[in-house]
Amino acid sequence: MLVGPLFLFILFTFFIPIGDMLFRSVENSIVTDILPRSTKLLADWDSTTNELPSEAVFAAMVADIKEGRKARTITRVGQRLNYEAPGMSSLFRSSARKTKRMKEGPYKPALIKAHKRWGKVETWKVIKQFIPKYTAGYFLAAVDAKQELNGDIVRLGDEKRIYIDLFWRTLRLSLIITALTLILGFPIAYLMAILPTKSSNLLLIFVLLPFWTSLLVRTTAWIALLQQQGVINELLVFVGLVGTDNRPQMIHNEFGAIVAMTHILLPFMVLPLFSVMKTIPKSYVRAAVSLGAHPWAAFWKVYFPGTIPGIGAGAILVFILAIGYYITPELVGGTTGTFISNRIAHHISSSLNWGLAAALGVILLGIVVALYLLYDKIVGIDNMKLG
Amino acid sequence: MAENARQAGASSDSAGPSEALVRFAEVQKSYDGISLVVKNLNLSIADGEFLTMLGPSGSGKTTCLMMLAGFETATHGHIYLDGVPINNVPPHKRDIGMVFQNYALFPHMTVAENLAFPLKVRKMGAAKVEERVNRALDMVQLGTFGGRRPGQLSGGQQQRVAVARALVFDPKLVLMDEPLGALDKQLREQMQYEIKHIHERLGITVVYVTHDQSEALTMSNRIAVFNDGIIQQLAPPSDLYERPDNSFVAQFIGENNKLTGKVTEVNVNACGVTLDSGEQVKALPVKINGVNSPTMLSLRPERVLLNPNESECDTTVLGTVEELIYLGDHIRTRMSVCGRDDFIVKVPNATERSELQPGNAVQIGWKLEDCRALDLPATD
Ligand SMILES: Nc1ncnc2c1ncn2[C@@H]1O[C@H](COP(=O)(O)OP(=O)(O)OP(=O)(O)O)[C@@H](O)[C@H]1O
Ligand SMILES: [Mg+2]
Repeated sequence: MLVGPLFLFILFTFFIPIGDMLFRSVENSIVTDILPRSTKLLADWDSTTNELPSEAVFAAMVADIKEGRKARTITRVGQRLNYEAPGMSSLFRSSARKTKRMKEGPYKPALIKAHKRWGKVETWKVIKQFIPKYTAGYFLAAVDAKQELNGDIVRLGDEKRIYIDLFWRTLRLSLIITALTLILGFPIAYLMAILPTKSSNLLLIFVLLPFWTSLLVRTTAWIALLQQQGVINELLVFVGLVGTDNRPQMIHNEFGAIVAMTHILLPFMVLPLFSVMKTIPKSYVRAAVSLGAHPWAAFWKVYFPGTIPGIGAGAILVFILAIGYYITPELVGGTTGTFISNRIAHHISSSLNWGLAAALGVILLGIVVALYLLYDKIVGIDNMKLG
Repeated sequence: MAENARQAGASSDSAGPSEALVRFAEVQKSYDGISLVVKNLNLSIADGEFLTMLGPSGSGKTTCLMMLAGFETATHGHIYLDGVPINNVPPHKRDIGMVFQNYALFPHMTVAENLAFPLKVRKMGAAKVEERVNRALDMVQLGTFGGRRPGQLSGGQQQRVAVARALVFDPKLVLMDEPLGALDKQLREQMQYEIKHIHERLGITVVYVTHDQSEALTMSNRIAVFNDGIIQQLAPPSDLYERPDNSFVAQFIGENNKLTGKVTEVNVNACGVTLDSGEQVKALPVKINGVNSPTMLSLRPERVLLNPNESECDTTVLGTVEELIYLGDHIRTRMSVCGRDDFIVKVPNATERSELQPGNAVQIGWKLEDCRALDLPATD
């Protein structure tokens, strides 16, 4: 009973949004909702004959557009169809104005006169494609593919592909960041585990300090450090390592994103590592050494295996956080250091293509779940220790 | 004093420099640079000996063991192994087996892999490793447990694996730091015998640390009683119990009746002491500072006789029975004697002792050599 509120909270903040996202990524009822009459008739139209639909369909379309204009929903159809076929948005906008004067039939020549695209079979094919209530179109777009009017699924041309590359980049950068936090975090956690409590507490505070600073402040601090007139570049120039005219670009690119995110995610690696290392008795390494193992071998064969649950927990935590990170790549990533989440945000807030954003989000979620299952299979999730 | 010197001579005879496997020479240790945790330790351990370091918590036993194993460095002095100074030999090259209090079995390896570990780091061939591992498992009666993880074993079984692992690479010297501390009483006693038998069978040298005196008494060839970083006495178990050198050992090992007083006269084999309550008694001078010095007399409860014949005893006094505790084979009797009411007499449960009733006055006595005149305990 006591978990009831928590259950409701999780339901409302977690499962319902995710469910909504899953739904939006395939949902496709906008065209049939706004153009009910014409889509109904269009369903029976045989698009393979390359003949325009019948007069009845044109009449229904005019009626739909008139009604859509009154309800101010017609531009939304145009917007939606525009994702698939450029020009549809303006087609509906200009036709909407002209249908006002179409009082009686025949509507077919009238509509074609209003906009010549109505006389093209392709226009109707696009609309017919949108009759099913659910579509894989967003997902296809999210993996740089699209469904041709004849039903074939094809990859986009090279110059139009963005998402697959972006997914790969997100995975690659997340992996690099995870590896870097591990390389940097392992010695810190080890030091914290072997130092006397007093010094290790001090170290812990240094590790946690970034947590107490605003993420924005930390990210902008990196801009101040890494920009071309920034601290590090000035130092390099001062020391004479680089000339003042060819200062390296270290921010607003991949490098900057990696550096800043490694710094920000480091505590998520250090803390699980530390909490696992703390529980490994000193006597293990001593025992190994007394049995004749060189201290390095003792560390590698006895201490290190004990830290694997911590490495697993830290790595999975950092990786999952990195893969969905938004603010830092947005601020310091430039064009080469943006992540897939920046693209998702773009579709949600700028291009308003929520379906595509949802499809990208679902793919991201799928990748995380797949990795989690993979981890569970290899290491075993029971072995994971977060603290 | 005389006896003290004799014993020191005896121990260096039996573990002279020629056959001493381990020798601590004027070893000191300080962790903080201010206080000495081990003060001027001189100790020779003979080849094949079972030597136990016994002492209260914080007396420096583990520190000595760690210096021998190489995990701590001596602040001053030298440690010799087989006549060679090992201060600069790193721990992994010392070839000393070690059993830790928490066993320190590697949890991610099976029992067999744990046992194979010291052999593999010595680059031994696979066939030989397997043979040795099986032999070691048989030695501790765990032949079928090789495939298990340490976490799947009981405490006693883990303990045996730890012993087997410390022995599997045939070290001449094995160190054990309170290896039985985590086991229950019955298992502890069983393991004491097993370790003892393994020691006898293999002829290895064992340095054993415990703060359980009965464990020390049953297992050891010699016991070094530690207090405050100093060896208080180094002797075989029977000597330690029957002939304690000083008041600390007398009180630390076994049960002890103490009477305090002042020395009035000193001869070679006897001294006269006036107790704080006024009685005059005779005692064996062991550690006293001459006439007029304060002393503590030590008397084992089972050496006090009830209603003795004059000829049996050198000293007789009158005591009052305070309390009787029936223990089957003997009766523990608490009495008021010479102004102290914590005087214990162990009466064998042989004959009817009708006069042993609370409140009765009883004559008690003891032989001169059973009453040892020692120094005053430091804090009491
Ligand atoms: N690593 C260390 N740093 C500082 N002081 C230490 C360290 N190890 C031990 N000491 C101190 O040295 C003294 C002796 O410790 P040691 O561990 O040798 O005692 P012990 O005889 O083994 O006691 P126990 O029976 O409790 O194990 C203690 O006062 C302890 O506080
Ligand atoms: Mg100890």
